[in-house]
Amino acid sequence: MDLQIALLLGQDGITNGAIYALLALALVLVFAVTRVIFIPQGEFVAYGALTLASLQAGKLPGTLWLLLGLGAAVALVEIALALRTRQMRRIPSILLLNCGIPLLLGGILFAIPPATLPLAVQVVLALMLVVPLGPMVYRLAFQPIAEASVLVLLIVSIAVHVTLIGLGLLFFGAEGSRTPAFTDMSFEIGDALLQGQTVLVVVASAVLIVALYFFFERTIYGKALRATAMNRTGARLMGISATMAGKLSFTLATLIGAFSGVLISPITTIYYDSGFLIGLKGFVGAIVGGLASYPVAAAGAVLVGLLEAYSSFWASAYKEVIVFTMIIPVLLWRSLTTRHVEEEE
Amino acid sequence: MTAMNAMNASNESSAERERGTRPVVLDVRDLSVSYGKVEALHHIDLKIRRGEIVTVIGPNGAGKTTLLAALMGLLPAQGEIVYLGERQGAERQVEQLVRQGMTLVPEKRELFGEMSVEDNLLLGAFDRYRGGHRDELETMDQVFEIFPRLAERREQLAGTLSGGERQMLAMGRALMAKPKLLMLDEPSLGLAPLIIKEIFRIVAELKKTGVAILLVEQNARAALQVADYGYVLETGEVSLEGPSAELASDPRVIESYLGLGGKGGAAAR
Ligand SMILES: Nc1ncnc2c1ncn2[C@@H]1O[C@H](COP(=O)(O)OP(=O)(O)OP(=O)(O)O)[C@@H](O)[C@H]1O
Ligand SMILES: [Mg+2]
Repeated sequence: MDLQIALLLGQDGITNGAIYALLALALVLVFAVTRVIFIPQGEFVAYGALTLASLQAGKLPGTLWLLLGLGAAVALVEIALALRTRQMRRIPSILLLNCGIPLLLGGILFAIPPATLPLAVQVVLALMLVVPLGPMVYRLAFQPIAEASVLVLLIVSIAVHVTLIGLGLLFFGAEGSRTPAFTDMSFEIGDALLQGQTVLVVVASAVLIVALYFFFERTIYGKALRATAMNRTGARLMGISATMAGKLSFTLATLIGAFSGVLISPITTIYYDSGFLIGLKGFVGAIVGGLASYPVAAAGAVLVGLLEAYSSFWASAYKEVIVFTMIIPVLLWRSLTTRHVEEEE
Repeated sequence: MTAMNAMNASNESSAERERGTRPVVLDVRDLSVSYGKVEALHHIDLKIRRGEIVTVIGPNGAGKTTLLAALMGLLPAQGEIVYLGERQGAERQVEQLVRQGMTLVPEKRELFGEMSVEDNLLLGAFDRYRGGHRDELETMDQVFEIFPRLAERREQLAGTLSGGERQMLAMGRALMAKPKLLMLDEPSLGLAPLIIKEIFRIVAELKKTGVAILLVEQNARAALQVADYGYVLETGEVSLEGPSAELASDPRVIESYLGLGGKGGAAAR
């Protein structure tokens, strides 16, 4: 391997690593706030990529039907609750939020052929279609069992993951999609060629990470989420409801997932079930961070990306094996160095 | 001597009369709370009016914390709870009560340890912020006036504060919500006498702002000194109640709670 190939692989590794880092952050966030190990994260990556591909191909994205269906289900559950607790005032806003907005999005898609829109608008539309699915999934699957043990939450998480893969097959079909590169610019630095795509992904990830940092450090809602992660009882006593925190963390995680899908879609062909493996690599990064520390999780994820890139050169058949085997020494090291913390009740 | 007693008596009765006219903030009737099959509180009646300090004293395990947790909606309860003239339904939620101005400073403080003093205070105003109020910085200045020590420590992480400072922060954080009912669970727990004195001075001061205060304490002497009215809770039942001056001179209270130790009978912790 000469220097040029090494640099090229390094670029690949960092590009993927940046995306894994985003996913790792989302996993840490969701786990810290809700104790849910967010396995369906990968499905939202796939949904993001496939939705953008559909829009660019001039097709109506299957996500729209999913959004309308889940929205209707959430509306039913919420209205039943409102009737039971005699809070009729809430019904109009429930309908508007869960049915009205999806219908409006559908109307827009029918009225304007999305293939003609500029890329940025397509990306925004794709995100608007995918992101509301996150809080809806939280409402239907996790909110009713918010007090359950981590194990129960994990089992439900796996069930949601399997369901979303099935729905992905139903709504997007079995064939994969790849979107055209965002840019074909490239820069020459000495001998090496720096691809514009790499720069774009890294910059976009970095911008999102910085935005998240500001959200958590500077805004009262971000602080409220951190407070819930630190001390659930304390947060409740401040009126920070676990439901609100859960929905907010799922919304952010889905946004991160769908955005990662958008970023990765020109790099890899994405199928309805590709998300899982991508999410799993973010998960490895998060495990390195002990599901607790954001910077360590992000660094771990970049490491995963690099390891993947170089092992695909030397031993491409084993690249997944090598990446996932990395968990073992990390877990060993962690179990030797960290104190065991009892799960809080 | 007789004149003095007569004067005391007339003072008390006028205090009583005044108590009768203030609006009731919290009216609890026949409240029972169970942990599984074990009933920890039996048929409690309790009333708090505006601008009044009511104390609940009692030994370890009497059910004081249980009482506050039930009032705050953290535990399901049986009986009738009327808060601000509104009867509370069975599905009462903490978040809803916070919105209505009820706050609890819990026994364990429950601070956000890895956040600064300032951020802890800010989150105390979370619900008001969510409701559209934007006066959190002014409120924080008022809290800093009450607890100058917190102002000195505003950048410090809550987890690194001393015990007294933690209690001050917990109280300051509760005040950020501009409560109508402030419930304090053993604010003197584990603190040095000088700090206890300071905390109780502040509690007495807060009363002037019109907030109703429910003060749970094992330190009966200090509590009865600041309170207007008191309840003695023993093994889940109210065994005695009355204006705090009366309670403080009741032989049963003196024997069990104001004994020779001077810090309240159940001082052994
Ligand atoms: N989570 C729980 N499950 C079962 N029983 C409990 C629980 N919490 C408290 N109890 C019991 O309820 C009774 C009252 O406890 P509580 O904590 O309310 O007492 P307390 O008056 O606050 O005591 P202290 O002065 O020690 O704080 C005790 O007998 C206690 O063992
Ligand atoms: Mg207690």
